[in-house]
Amino acid sequence: MTRQIIIPFGPQHPVFPEPIHLDLVLEDEKVVDVIPSIGYIHRGFEKLVEKREFPDYVYIAERTCGICSFIHGMTYCQGIEQVMNIEVPERALFLRTIWSEYSRLHSHLLWLGCFADSFGFENLFMNAWRIRERILDVLEQTTGGRVIQGACKIGGVRLDIDNEKLGRMSNDLDSIREEIDVLTTIFLRDNSIKHRLKDIGVLQKADAYQMGAVGPVARASGLAIDIRKTGYAAYGKLDLEIATEHEGDSYARCVVRARELFTSIDLIKQAIRTIPDGPVDIKVTGAPDGEYFSRSEQPRGELIHYVKGNGTKFLVRARIRTPTLTNIPPLVKMLQGCELADVPVIVLSIDPCIGCAER
Amino acid sequence: MAKTALMTVLRRPATIRYPFEPAKKTDISRGHVVIDESRCISCSLCQKRCPAQAIVVLKDEKTWQIDRLRCVVCRACVDVCPVTCLFMDTQYTAPMTTRGVETVAITYVKPPKPEKPSATGEAQT
Amino acid sequence: MTIEEQLTTPVEIGNLIGRVEQFRNEGYRLVQIGCTALGDSYEINYSFDKDYGFRNIRITIKEGTEVPSISGMYWGAFIYENEMHDLFGIRVRGMNIDFKGTLFRTTIKYPFGNPVPKGEEQ
Repeated sequence: MTRQIIIPFGPQHPVFPEPIHLDLVLEDEKVVDVIPSIGYIHRGFEKLVEKREFPDYVYIAERTCGICSFIHGMTYCQGIEQVMNIEVPERALFLRTIWSEYSRLHSHLLWLGCFADSFGFENLFMNAWRIRERILDVLEQTTGGRVIQGACKIGGVRLDIDNEKLGRMSNDLDSIREEIDVLTTIFLRDNSIKHRLKDIGVLQKADAYQMGAVGPVARASGLAIDIRKTGYAAYGKLDLEIATEHEGDSYARCVVRARELFTSIDLIKQAIRTIPDGPVDIKVTGAPDGEYFSRSEQPRGELIHYVKGNGTKFLVRARIRTPTLTNIPPLVKMLQGCELADVPVIVLSIDPCIGCAER
Repeated sequence: MAKTALMTVLRRPATIRYPFEPAKKTDISRGHVVIDESRCISCSLCQKRCPAQAIVVLKDEKTWQIDRLRCVVCRACVDVCPVTCLFMDTQYTAPMTTRGVETVAITYVKPPKPEKPSATGEAQT
Repeated sequence: MTIEEQLTTPVEIGNLIGRVEQFRNEGYRLVQIGCTALGDSYEINYSFDKDYGFRNIRITIKEGTEVPSISGMYWGAFIYENEMHDLFGIRVRGMNIDFKGTLFRTTIKYPFGNPVPKGEEQ
């Protein structure tokens, strides 16, 4: 009869970008059960909706997360626009798409770096972040902010990019693509990395669907779920390929995210080629009365902003459901039966953004 | 990987030795808020719109205060000001050692209304 | 331009388990469980999705009612039900993994409970 010991993992750990606490129940180096505990970074965003008027809440919704901040702002604005039946101009939709895809590139490069750090490969971590700097430079030149973009508002976007600059961005993407090619070749072909990642943290397809996994975690187990196919913003007019794998282990999740980098570069180039001319915002009057579930695809999965208004300037409810919150049950399932040394790799392979998960 | 590692040794560093070298900034970078006090009409729209509640406008004493540590540099006040007296500068706020608000005295003087000509058309003495 | 149709059906609390089982048999996946506090009653939304078709059922309960858990049918529902309990104070009967109030450790218990009347906030 083996003894069970409980080891607390987190919230301060060099491998985590954000604090989460896991109580691991171990029997001789094998993890038998996991009890997660969150709440270290709860800031009460959903309660602030009672004190800030609905146009000002965009700034608050954006600051839920540092890595995926543009998409939070865009999803909130989309929710309010659907409730109030506002037609957003075409050029604004294309600009929102371009910025979302840059945000996705930035997030996946950040994740590749942190993932390399989790199995001790710091040189690769720094190389991935060197490429990320180029993406952040583009974001700063076009929106004014590296991390928090502040570009969305209800009725459109706050700034425009002129067509000549769009042409230059499209040309720069070619050299960024070559650098990403070199980086992903190392991730997917190196023997020592494969040894750490193959068959670690397996999630079967049926389990993934039952537990509600979303994003690359679901796509690596064979489920082709990508909310960009519903056609919000300008995605209805662009050609989109969904990357899926079948094994469901950490290596498959790495492959899915590496392929999404190339899909994003394609989408940006398509959008720049077909962007129409026109205004970028529209005047908004009145207050929202009604409710809507606004869905969009964050780099980590499916993001939902539920907004409910009753005709006054203050919303009744703004609920944010982030993909990391719904990926925690699959994480609990994946960790059962693995070794203690593989726990950081598995936790990082779901891309935990706990700041989003707790708001 | 060996080729990438060797190339990294030969390339120049990707980091900037801030504050000894100036930070990378563009024309539209958001740094800190600057006010032109000779144009402010104390309408306090900037106070209503600030999501961090960092601006306080006192109309009777004619002052405009901002708490630099609460400001999140979102540009909401710059966009909503009706007489465009607020601007966004590109450099970061300078570091400070104590908390406090920065107070600026408003020097706007309302121009006098032009005199109306009299109804009968006679010249004034 | 409407992006997608979203159907919401109100349901009695007694029929909740039956409807959820119907969704599970048709192959829908659970998207979220969300709660809204309205004055003296709470509205709970259960959202399901299959092939990008979004369906929503809603129950309305008064304060103090116990809600049955759907974690028998959807194993991953425990995280939403524990969050609902920790933030709103709604009791859920029969959760498969019950954190007993320690998922979100906040200083004030049930912070989102009934909205604070205006004038009492700091």
